[in-house]
Amino acid sequence: MTTLVIAEHSNTELKPATLHAVTAAQQIGSEVHVLVAGAGCAEAAAAASRIAGVSKVLVADNAAYATQLAENMSALIAEVATAYDAVLAAATAGAKNVMPRVAALLDVAQISEITAVISADTFERPIYAGNVIATVQSTDARKVITVRATGFDAASAEGGSATIEALSSAHDAGLSRFIEERVAKSDRPELTAARVVVSGGRGMQNGDNFKLLEAVADKLNAAVGASRAAVDAGFVPNDYQVGQTGKIVAPDLYIAVGISGAIQHLAGMKDSKVIVAINKDPDAPIFQVADYGLVADLFQAVPELSSSL
Amino acid sequence: MKVLVAVKRVVDYNVKVRPKSDGSGVDLNNVKMSVNPFCEIAVEEAVRLREKGVATEVIAVSLGDKSCQEQIRTALALGADRGILVETDAELQPLAVAKLLKAVIEREGVQLAILGKQSIDGDNNQTGQMLSALAGMSQGTFASKLDIADGKATVTREVDGGLQTLELSLPAVITSDLRLNEPRYASLPNIMKAKKKPLDTLTPAELGVDVTPRVKTLKVSPPPERKAGIKVGSVEELVDKLRNEAKVI
Ligand SMILES: Cc1cc2nc3c(=O)[nH]c(=O)nc-3n(C[C@H](O)[C@H](O)[C@H](O)COP(=O)(O)OP(=O)(O)OC[C@H]3O[C@@H](n4cnc5c(N)ncnc54)[C@H](O)[C@@H]3O)c2cc1C
Ligand SMILES: Cc1cc2nc3c(=O)[nH]c(=O)nc-3n(C[C@H](O)[C@H](O)[C@H](O)COP(=O)(O)OP(=O)(O)OC[C@H]3O[C@@H](n4cnc5c(N)ncnc54)[C@H](O)[C@@H]3O)c2cc1C
Repeated sequence: MTTLVIAEHSNTELKPATLHAVTAAQQIGSEVHVLVAGAGCAEAAAAASRIAGVSKVLVADNAAYATQLAENMSALIAEVATAYDAVLAAATAGAKNVMPRVAALLDVAQISEITAVISADTFERPIYAGNVIATVQSTDARKVITVRATGFDAASAEGGSATIEALSSAHDAGLSRFIEERVAKSDRPELTAARVVVSGGRGMQNGDNFKLLEAVADKLNAAVGASRAAVDAGFVPNDYQVGQTGKIVAPDLYIAVGISGAIQHLAGMKDSKVIVAINKDPDAPIFQVADYGLVADLFQAVPELSSSL
Repeated sequence: MKVLVAVKRVVDYNVKVRPKSDGSGVDLNNVKMSVNPFCEIAVEEAVRLREKGVATEVIAVSLGDKSCQEQIRTALALGADRGILVETDAELQPLAVAKLLKAVIEREGVQLAILGKQSIDGDNNQTGQMLSALAGMSQGTFASKLDIADGKATVTREVDGGLQTLELSLPAVITSDLRLNEPRYASLPNIMKAKKKPLDTLTPAELGVDVTPRVKTLKVSPPPERKAGIKVGSVEELVDKLRNEAKVI
């Protein structure tokens, strides 16, 4: 069985999420290939060829894939996929946009956000905001799968020496056009890859107060996250949202500040190794999942925390 | 321009569902059912397009058993003009839903389809993308802003690093993210009016779609429980525990 992993990358860099998808792919089939589609993506392809356990890297380097437009990417992947038994990608916003199209073009189901591989056709995936784990079996000959990165360890980024093969096909559907991307630059680690995450909720009261959390994050080399309520209120940008419908994180340490602990928020962080909650309401549901709970006013506790680290 | 919105009947987001003790499925006895929140946002967006004169008609479509009529009526009360129920007792998976919606779109000559980005039960996040691929329509998923002018749709999308803007040719499929709009509440007069709006029923057979599931659910189980934690009395104690007990800082 040969599996194909679709790389998540920025043309110059391979995103760590890819390494988790490679691990899932190795559990499904013995041989793993990686597809890097982009424009000017030789560096990302070279990085992919160094992943331990990858034997071949396919590179589609073409302007049509520069901004990962779903219509173009899915046509390419569906074409390449016919040579494979399973196609996987980490469940990033990019892959969620593209992979269901690949499945539809191949006339197969997509298995979304698997957290465990039971066998080559059977997987575990959370449903209902993680309140239920379903064991599902695909009856399709070819599998299209997205992988929840928190369910699988990262494959080693070094140690492999895969061959690199260029693909010439260019698919430009001409249906959509990239206009712009507004991406906040930050020196902090990415939310989904950080070892420590400090998140704030409605209790933060405004965006300015997130500086309190940033002070803690600076000390711990942490990413900063938020609840939906904090994002909706405009305290922080949308890509901070942790939860069922935001990002799924499982850091070594998750510190929830002024967050009540709605099931939709818990769905995004309850697999963290250690959870800390700081909340002034002793009955807040977040305390039910917290390893260490501190009932306190965050405006006192958080500055105290950053100065004692 | 005709706009189709898909409205899915799901367990209300306030309900904490549990697997049945024999693992055969999820216990849905007597739980409150609602319109999937993302679909409510989709309906709101479509109705606003009609109010702005961009859309001529908003058709709310749900797929499932008879009880989905309730969710169609909710959409009609929020301002959709008419409803279509694709009625079946079969378990519908995203690929089948996408094929059925494509057939409805072709029948009705729809130019714009708005779906939720994800349903809060299956959490699949697939149907809109599949529909777009099958129908050869352009795609704008996870939308937080939508403008339609001069035969094009400009859509701002929530992506991992921030926001992305695309220009799409029509016909297009849009899936709604949380911040696309804030849905209105249905007023009592509108709920009454909705009862008189047309609601047609079709079947998968009439639409020529095979809905056989491709994925079998072998069992469902509860997630691993976290063991109960402790309350600490001070920041000092917290830092001590994190350093010396949990060893995470
Ligand atoms: C379809 C759908 C999808 C959703 N997806 C998500 C998602 O992905 N992620 C997500 O987070 N939510 C999501 N939600 C929203 C979720 O249901 C909750 O509304 C949200 O998580 C609440 O955010 P919060 O905890 O910040 O706010 P609240 O529930 O208002 O909690 C604020 C907390 O702050 C505490 N507090 C206030 N002041 C202080 C202080 N001075 N010191 C200490 N503590 C203080 C309060 O005691 C309270 O517990 C979704 C909802 C729906 C319907
Ligand atoms: C007890 C139970 C167990 C289940 N187990 C599984 C399982 O293990 N695997 C599995 O794949 N499915 C399972 N299903 C079905 C699953 O819950 C979904 O209904 C189905 O897979 C559709 O996926 P989704 O709604 O999550 O799609 P998404 O792609 O998340 O839906 C996105 C959007 O598509 C539209 N849409 C989707 N379905 C409909 C519809 N019927 N009517 C109108 N609009 C719609 C809505 O606009 C929705 O917001 C189960 C259902 C039940 C009741």
